[in-house]
Amino acid sequence: MAKRRVRFTFEPQLIKEPVIYRLGQEFRLVTNIRMADVDEDVGWVVLELEGEPAEIDRGIAWAEQQGVRVDPALGDVVEG
Amino acid sequence: MSFETALRCRECGREYPLMPIYSCEFCFGPLEVAYDYDAIREATSRDRIAAGPTTLWRYAELLPCDPAYRVDLGTGFTPLLRADRLARAIGLDTLWLKNDTVNPTWSFKDRVVSVAIARAREFGFEAMACASTGNLANSVAAHAAHAGMAAYVFIPHDLEEGKVVGSAVYGPTLVMVEGSYDDVNRLCSEVAGTRPWAFVNINVRPYYAEGSRTLAFEVAEQLGWRAPDRCVAPMASGSLFTKIWKGFQELHKVGLLDTAPHTRMSGAQAAGSSPIATAFKHGTFNFVPQKPNTIARSLAIGNPADGYYALKVMEETGGGAELATDDEIVAGMRLLAETEGIFAETAGGVTIACLKRLVESGAIRRDEETVAFITGGGLKTIEALADKLTPAVRVPANAAAFDLALAEHRTLVGAGAAGGA
Ligand SMILES: Cc1ncc(COP(=O)(O)O)c(C=O)c1O
Ligand SMILES: [Zn+2]
Repeated sequence: MAKRRVRFTFEPQLIKEPVIYRLGQEFRLVTNIRMADVDEDVGWVVLELEGEPAEIDRGIAWAEQQGVRVDPALGDVVEG
Repeated sequence: MSFETALRCRECGREYPLMPIYSCEFCFGPLEVAYDYDAIREATSRDRIAAGPTTLWRYAELLPCDPAYRVDLGTGFTPLLRADRLARAIGLDTLWLKNDTVNPTWSFKDRVVSVAIARAREFGFEAMACASTGNLANSVAAHAAHAGMAAYVFIPHDLEEGKVVGSAVYGPTLVMVEGSYDDVNRLCSEVAGTRPWAFVNINVRPYYAEGSRTLAFEVAEQLGWRAPDRCVAPMASGSLFTKIWKGFQELHKVGLLDTAPHTRMSGAQAAGSSPIATAFKHGTFNFVPQKPNTIARSLAIGNPADGYYALKVMEETGGGAELATDDEIVAGMRLLAETEGIFAETAGGVTIACLKRLVESGAIRRDEETVAFITGGGLKTIEALADKLTPAVRVPANAAAFDLALAEHRTLVGAGAAGGA
């Protein structure tokens, strides 16, 4: 089992979609939400995904297909 | 003697022991070093600092590492230059340039790496690592070499040559990652979790980031222990920007500044990588990550770790943010070089271009005493200037040909540019 901390960014039209609920239902993943903020323009959620590494990859790829932007939870690891 | 007491979550305030960790187990917020400011107040003084080394180690009491472990290439205490010609060109009364191009690997990253590597040695790490678009890579490689440590340096495969060579020369394990910027990010997050390395911007990030505060310490000391009205600094992750403000506040907390700083903080980004500046202009703290595309590779961070905190600093100080196009960046590099004799990399062009915009728009008033942070040297990014400079006068080696060529050159570029007779 692995854990990955990610930040999901939602465009306005996606904010009402139950993407995180479906991640937990349709993949063998436990989703664990820690921080979130949503306003009119954009919403973001910081969460941990727990499961087999390949399943985490599949889940993230699916979320991206739905139009969610997925980034490392604490920002980019690459620096200037 | 050092005075850090714990790591504290910036979101929920929970405290953790001083370990190589960076994120809160409870809320996943970032951790920051906490200090015993009363003890620092007792231990330090303006005189004591003045008698210290002419490097950032003169502020050892304020750094979260034991100076006994320092790896000292001579970083810091860089010049604060009065820039009257540039000030006049852009319409300011008083402008200072903090010239961090003169650090050992020619960027301000030597400050953060100095603290990171000292702390890493204290923790017992034998290898340093980082993921970088160049400047951080150069600095990690150099400091590891000086300390005799192994270095693992991850860079995108398409960096400027100066930045590649500027890492390779120190003999690190240099990893050029193929694929997109996101691919580099993903690989490094994965690798960092599995190797026993001090990843400067991951597991030792809370200590590393504190090194940028020395810019504020130096500016305040160089101004005669006061803070300026305005700072303009470039933003990638936003860490440098937030830590300059933190540094001024801390100087007041420990009694080195008599009055609370009133400095307004303005951040500068490249238009092609501007999640923070764009959020500021939209009046929101929720920045939208971007796919960076700019000649300012050192600022090309799409999902800035400290973006939210940078926006908070702007709000708290009455500052703001600006962005500059690639053409303006080049113009900014040239303006800085031609008026003040400082050759900065693209990030310096971003800072000067944004400063110019901020003055023109009235966001910075002309009577505000302003400090602009020039954070990296120009020889690393000469590609940005290709075909953008006044061509040289090319002559056969005889005086008559020279006279003729000079006359021609003057009509071409204008007598002003060619200079006096
Ligand atoms: C030259 C230069 N200036 C400024 C920055 C911005 O630093 P930060 O990520 O702390 O915002 C960087 C690196 O990221 C840099 O290389
Ligand atoms: Zn927390």
